[in-house]
Amino acid sequence: MINTRAAQINAELISNKRVGSYHHMVFSVGDIAAQAKPGNFVAIAVGGESSSMVLRRAFAIYRSTERGVNGGLVELVVAPHGQGSRWLTSLQAHDLVDMVLPLGTHFGIPTEPVRALLVGGGYGSAPLFGLAELLKNRGCRVDMVLGASTAAKIYAPLEGKRSVSSLTLTTDDGSAGIQGQITDVLPKLIEENEIEIVYSCGPMGMLQAITAVTDRYQIIHQCAVEEAMACGIGVCMTCVLPVTGDDGVTRMLRSCIDGPVMDGSRVVWDSKRKIPEGTFGA
Amino acid sequence: MTFSFAADLAGAKLPNPILTASGCAGSGKELSQFFPLTEIGAVVTKSIMIKPRSGRATPRMAETPSGMLNSIGLQGPGVDYFLENDIPWLAAHGARTIVSIAGETVEDYAVLARRMRNLPGVVGLEVNISCPNVENRGMVFSCQPETARAAIEAVRRNIGGELPIIAKLSPDVTDIVGIAREVSNAGADGVALINTLLGMVIDTNLMLPKLAQKTGGLSGPAIRPVAVRAVYQVRAALPTLPILGMGGITNGRDAFEFILAGASAVSIGTATFGNPTAVLKVRDELSAILQERGFESLTDAIGFAHREVQV
Repeated sequence: MINTRAAQINAELISNKRVGSYHHMVFSVGDIAAQAKPGNFVAIAVGGESSSMVLRRAFAIYRSTERGVNGGLVELVVAPHGQGSRWLTSLQAHDLVDMVLPLGTHFGIPTEPVRALLVGGGYGSAPLFGLAELLKNRGCRVDMVLGASTAAKIYAPLEGKRSVSSLTLTTDDGSAGIQGQITDVLPKLIEENEIEIVYSCGPMGMLQAITAVTDRYQIIHQCAVEEAMACGIGVCMTCVLPVTGDDGVTRMLRSCIDGPVMDGSRVVWDSKRKIPEGTFGA
Repeated sequence: MTFSFAADLAGAKLPNPILTASGCAGSGKELSQFFPLTEIGAVVTKSIMIKPRSGRATPRMAETPSGMLNSIGLQGPGVDYFLENDIPWLAAHGARTIVSIAGETVEDYAVLARRMRNLPGVVGLEVNISCPNVENRGMVFSCQPETARAAIEAVRRNIGGELPIIAKLSPDVTDIVGIAREVSNAGADGVALINTLLGMVIDTNLMLPKLAQKTGGLSGPAIRPVAVRAVYQVRAALPTLPILGMGGITNGRDAFEFILAGASAVSIGTATFGNPTAVLKVRDELSAILQERGFESLTDAIGFAHREVQV
């Protein structure tokens, strides 16, 4: 489904702060902020007017505020890993960026209060805090588990923790929380808190591993996938992944239009570098 | 004096010379949330094939300096779905449509051409005989004069009516003029220059080709000089053959280069990935440049770089 609320705007950078391994960036975007929902993302042109980087960069929305001192705001958590994100994180207050938002699908919110577990890997935690707030306001109990290779790569701001009943951390090197991976603690958290739905965002390998657990417990898993995108608006066909529909047919769907939020149990994981057998049109 | 921006692309009458490039505009719907499709000269569809196609495995894309590699592999729902869904939608939204078709065999091109008769809103046919992302590179029709001719003849025989046929050619040949002459003789009303160039990126962390299928088509500003050269050469050799120019156009100045080289209209592809409204930017800037330089019409500027001058 095309997100018909999307628009292309010039967004003004309001603040840019380094937090651990990441940058917390706030942009003034005007009225369109009201259209953003947890799970949606933005696509930003990088490198300036004479840039040699021809493709947009996609970032999950960390939080959106309809009305602030500077009007509508969106906040992003950016990891300065590549040339494009390094350019973005080097910007200063009042710089303008060409931004398209909001894009993609959003996390589905249950109509009845449920017991939800939110799972984030690295800066994949970003869209989960807004989701936690929304779920809590609907009467849900929200538990959260965040994992990363090391403590500095866990993004868990104080204000984000207010909406969660419990927060568990895991790191590969043991520098924060439990030493190990997220999936090591998932079964215990699901059982102890009688979890009915898991929401997740992070690297594809992690999402696949979470799906194996949620399938075993037969609970819903809504995950925000991370596929490399060129356009973010559904025209380039590069961010596809195989997803099985209600009709049992597996199709190559665009993660920018039919995602990023998808039903984990419908994604055909482990399909890197090959088209699964029987895929529509294969 | 009123300036005329109208374009005549091999008989297709368009209000302006700015088109999308095949495979870079989705089904039209995706871009229409950013601007009405009636604003541009025409929408060129992704290449339509007879059967649904999953396309190639991922990774399918690699950004390169001033460009990108793609190996989508013509993912699409097939001609039946296209005719039932996309064409009526485009017509209902007033888009002028140029349908791109691609086949695996000469017979495929014949079948597809027959299906393109009398469609609402369709003003031309782009025959993609140059996609680099097919299983067998030997099957790139436009790389050999004989196969290029056979595919275009099949379309010419089956299309009927006056729909202009534009053959899209590959730059990965020794003599693009020779191929252009061949397709013109076979019945093409014009040529689209150029498709992507075959390229490769190696991921130095994995120490493997970055794309799952190893090779992909290079597009973007990096290939613009190659494209301008191809347009210029074909225009010089075949001055009456209309050309749809493309390859790395991101602004009005870039488009002006193609017009000066001999293109009657231009397509915008990769630039749309970086900017959903790139086509409007190119349109407005080109119109302004032509008027600033004193041209009374787009037509007057076509091939202007070929004039004899004493410098």
